[in-house]
Amino acid sequence: MKLKIEFSGGLELLFGNQKEYAVDVPCSEQQLTVGKLLPWTRDQLLKDRPELFMKGDSVRPGILVLINDCDWELSGTLDAELQEGDKVLFISTLHGG
Amino acid sequence: MADVEQLRHENALLREELAKLRAQLATNARKADPGSAPAAAAAAAAAAALPSTHDNSSNGCAAQTVCSTCPIQADAASLQQQSEGAAAEQATASSSSNAHQALHGLSKAQVERYSRQLLLPSFGIAAQGRVCSSSVLIVGCGGLGSPAALYLAAAGVRKLGLVDHDVVELSNMHRQVSHSEQRLGMHKAASTAAAVAALNSSVAVDTHLQGLTPSNAVGIISQYDVVIDASDNAPTRYLINDACVACGVPLVSAAAVGTDGQLTVYNAGGNGPCYRCLFPECPAAANCSRCADAGVLGPVPGVMGVLQAVEAIKLVGGVGQPLAGKLLLYDALAGRFSSIKLRGKAPGCAACGEGGMTREGVAAFDYAAFTGGQTANDGPPVPLAVLPAKQRLTAAQAAQLLQAAAADGTAREDDLPQQQQQQQQQQRNEGAKALVLLDVRPPEQFAVMSLPGAVSVPYLQLEQRLPEVLALCGASSAAAQQHDAAAAAGSISNGTSNSSSSQRVVVLCRRGNHSQLAVQRLRQAGVPAVDVVGGYEAWAAEVDSAMPVL
Ligand SMILES: [Zn+2]
Repeated sequence: MKLKIEFSGGLELLFGNQKEYAVDVPCSEQQLTVGKLLPWTRDQLLKDRPELFMKGDSVRPGILVLINDCDWELSGTLDAELQEGDKVLFISTLHGG
Repeated sequence: MADVEQLRHENALLREELAKLRAQLATNARKADPGSAPAAAAAAAAAAALPSTHDNSSNGCAAQTVCSTCPIQADAASLQQQSEGAAAEQATASSSSNAHQALHGLSKAQVERYSRQLLLPSFGIAAQGRVCSSSVLIVGCGGLGSPAALYLAAAGVRKLGLVDHDVVELSNMHRQVSHSEQRLGMHKAASTAAAVAALNSSVAVDTHLQGLTPSNAVGIISQYDVVIDASDNAPTRYLINDACVACGVPLVSAAAVGTDGQLTVYNAGGNGPCYRCLFPECPAAANCSRCADAGVLGPVPGVMGVLQAVEAIKLVGGVGQPLAGKLLLYDALAGRFSSIKLRGKAPGCAACGEGGMTREGVAAFDYAAFTGGQTANDGPPVPLAVLPAKQRLTAAQAAQLLQAAAADGTAREDDLPQQQQQQQQQQRNEGAKALVLLDVRPPEQFAVMSLPGAVSVPYLQLEQRLPEVLALCGASSAAAQQHDAAAAAGSISNGTSNSSSSQRVVVLCRRGNHSQLAVQRLRQAGVPAVDVVGGYEAWAAEVDSAMPVL
């Protein structure tokens, strides 16, 4: 499934300092949940310090997951179904001021 | 809609009451003290302006949230307060003819000062009147708080609260634009107060130099119409959120690090989430870069702080839609703003959920424990104590070593034949090799300055570049292989006693934390390295005061 994966808020530093990836994620019968995408993203795209991206099956506290610019809480978090062409954005919350 | 009817009714009653008050004040002023005439006019204007300007059909508030999004509550107590506030402001403004003030609360000077906002169809005299009687608290007088304070002062808020426990430092100046060179070392809140006073002397300023704490947060925040979170650390962000939820005060929250900014409004009515709804569990410190480590492009917090002023002015002025339930992202490098839709309130939220945070609850909450020991001052990380003292040098000791190594390499070569010179050169190279200075700071820091001869191997690349580093340190490849074998077998020896390294290896970083971890790693690989306690910061303090400190 072809997706756009984006990182923001400093999270891109873990991913080779690259903010946008166009990826083709292997899946069966065009079925892919965010829960499946997370470990794939970690294994395929992550370059540095994997402990700062995932905790258990989900993302670390402080990271927001947006599917097509909508909070993944609105579409089932880990169970949210992705579709061809979707954009998944990972944002690290910032504290600096 | 019943709420709206009720409010209209109350407004009508208040209008009557204030009309009486106006008449009485005006009479008193005429009788006793001509100097208080502007105050009377202000009270009158407040009476005239408020009920009509708080009409929900014109200010964009949704019917069911008429006044929860507009912090100026149309109740007797706050109206009274507002007319007093306006009166106080009038007393400091230039006094002018009473006749021209009858229709609104602003003096000639105020009308002229705010005229470009008064001319604005979507703002006008009504919104300006509300801004002029509003109070805004800014927590943090840094990169966000500086521009927010300046713009809110310029816009003419009645009272600004400024909270910060820190002092102005040179490294603040590129972004914290309310400070000045003359005020280096001054409390930031006091410095920002001085900037505010210079910009608009009619704004009342309250400074809180001790910072926001669980015990003072509710007492301070409950005195304001809107709070701006311009802080720089997790415990303070949770504390501000909780106190604002407990006190029912809208919160304009922003953050900026590097070239990214984020902005949203919490607690402004509707079903928008609070900070704890979004982040019920505190992010680890390693998940949030600090400006002092990751850097920050000066105007980026500037942009976000100005946007916070915009949102605060919208809230107190009662215009537009607050940026609630959405997160605005600013990517300075891409030159792009984007907005994302956030979740609604979390039913089980520890702050805004059922049985959530109370005023008493805020004072009793252990924010340090909740945030895993993160401190409310965004200071440098707690110094690590990984290495035993004998594996560490003071900056002065390291300086002696370096000096000795340099002396070894210096020889009088002027009168030597060329062949001998070459020989000497070779010896010097080997002599220089006797001391390897490994600088494990990130490349950006190394690029700014480093000690002569230091070799840059950023800590994050150490593992990857280990073979190269071991070769540099003179460790035999056999030792490295042995180490690899041991590592594979899962039994890494400490390798301190029978070292295979022929070099003296000193590891240096910014503050002496990563250098300890690097030494630990090198010793596992058989290199008896030492580090420098306090790193470059200690070097600058103890050895070379001319060295710039990052
Ligand atoms: Zn909440």
